[in-house]
Amino acid sequence: MAKDTVGKTFGVALAVCLVCSVLVSAAAVSLRPTQAVNKALDKKRNILMAAGLIKAGESAGAARVNELYGNIEERIIDLSTGAYSDIETSRFDARKAAVDPAQSMVIPADKDLAGIKRRAKLSDVYLVSEGDRIRKIILPINGKGLWSTLYGFIALDSKDLNTIRGLVYYEHGETPGLGGEVDNPNWKALWDGKKAFGDNGEVRIEVVKGQVVPGNPAAKHQVDGLSGATITARGVKNMLEYWLGEEGFAPYLNKLREQGVS
Amino acid sequence: MADKAKDILLNPLFNDNPIALQILGICSALAVTTKLETSVTMALAVIFVVSLSNTAVSLIRNFIPSNIRIIVQMTIIASLVIVVDQFLRAYAFDISKQMSVFVGLIITNCIVMGRAEAFAMKNGPGLSFLDGLGNALGYSLILLIVGFFRELFGSGKLFGIELFALANEGGWYVPNGMMLLPPSAFFLIGFFIWGLRAWKTDQIEEEN
Repeated sequence: MAKDTVGKTFGVALAVCLVCSVLVSAAAVSLRPTQAVNKALDKKRNILMAAGLIKAGESAGAARVNELYGNIEERIIDLSTGAYSDIETSRFDARKAAVDPAQSMVIPADKDLAGIKRRAKLSDVYLVSEGDRIRKIILPINGKGLWSTLYGFIALDSKDLNTIRGLVYYEHGETPGLGGEVDNPNWKALWDGKKAFGDNGEVRIEVVKGQVVPGNPAAKHQVDGLSGATITARGVKNMLEYWLGEEGFAPYLNKLREQGVS
Repeated sequence: MADKAKDILLNPLFNDNPIALQILGICSALAVTTKLETSVTMALAVIFVVSLSNTAVSLIRNFIPSNIRIIVQMTIIASLVIVVDQFLRAYAFDISKQMSVFVGLIITNCIVMGRAEAFAMKNGPGLSFLDGLGNALGYSLILLIVGFFRELFGSGKLFGIELFALANEGGWYVPNGMMLLPPSAFFLIGFFIWGLRAWKTDQIEEEN
């Protein structure tokens, strides 16, 4: 049993680890550019889905996505004032900004409904135009679900900045079949036409347990829950409350209401 | 010798199927089979991983100290799975998104390690490759059968192409929602095992 000596054991372990790590890193590094292109395309596709320009289940190729994306203008805003910032969109990376101490701020624990601890001072927003008029405003949102942080977009109708036109998530790690059902086209379709804000401007949208009782006065603020996904659903509600509230996009939305969209 | 190789390759399909007889690898068989597209991708991924992990383990089987053999097998399997995952993310992004964690979970698929430990540690690389391929094909067979029925009856489609006109779009077919839930895969695998054992009666376990 010469191969069982301590030296041999270490030697084999080391050799196996070396070969395997070279293999894994080679694959990861050489495929990264292609993956990055896919990710960027996927983000655009999800913005288009939130905008309702791509229907659920439609498989749009890269060319079509880029063509439709021509209707969308990306802007950067300062979240605390709601004013447009003149930073170039290509130089702003929301994910990086959110963890960079210089570009982000700590959210006070009592206000951290979304459970994200830090948020960037700036944010990207997307203006969807049809013809020469802006129809929808798309805002990026993120927040904790059960296992993971969910990243998505919410689209508001530019007419009243209250009616929700779509909600999509493009990245999450929730349980497939339970919390992962936030991707279910039937559930996403429920959001269209719901009102995000109550009469006094407070965020009223909620995900209820079970089904919304039709005809009840709050029904326009309510969306059916996801069975088996109570915590994910609560996360969705909380992140909307956070991002549409004072800490999030409320200053921007107020500014738009005063000055008009365009 | 040629007969032996043929047996090693073909036995796992019906005579010694990893899912139907050994009841291994059920978890992923439930999770990814709601559509044929993901079933096929999963099948290809497992074929790649098991064949190569078996070959690699077999090549170095005489050098692996027995006290760390499991972890060495695991390292090889995990590396191969990561490579597959990276490839899917680069070239089949949508599918890899749908399969989410289940590509990574091939690492814990009992079939992969079972074959490495039971076969590749004792046999040469050629035979080990065939054994891995055969077992992965046996696994794939079940995945494809289950995926076929679940997609056809659950959403009236195959590979995303609509075959049955759906009732909610004015057609005649009311999709069976249960087919899209994991338990339906249990039933289908159960029926498959039933059929298989009715055909090959030597697989019936003795009652005591």
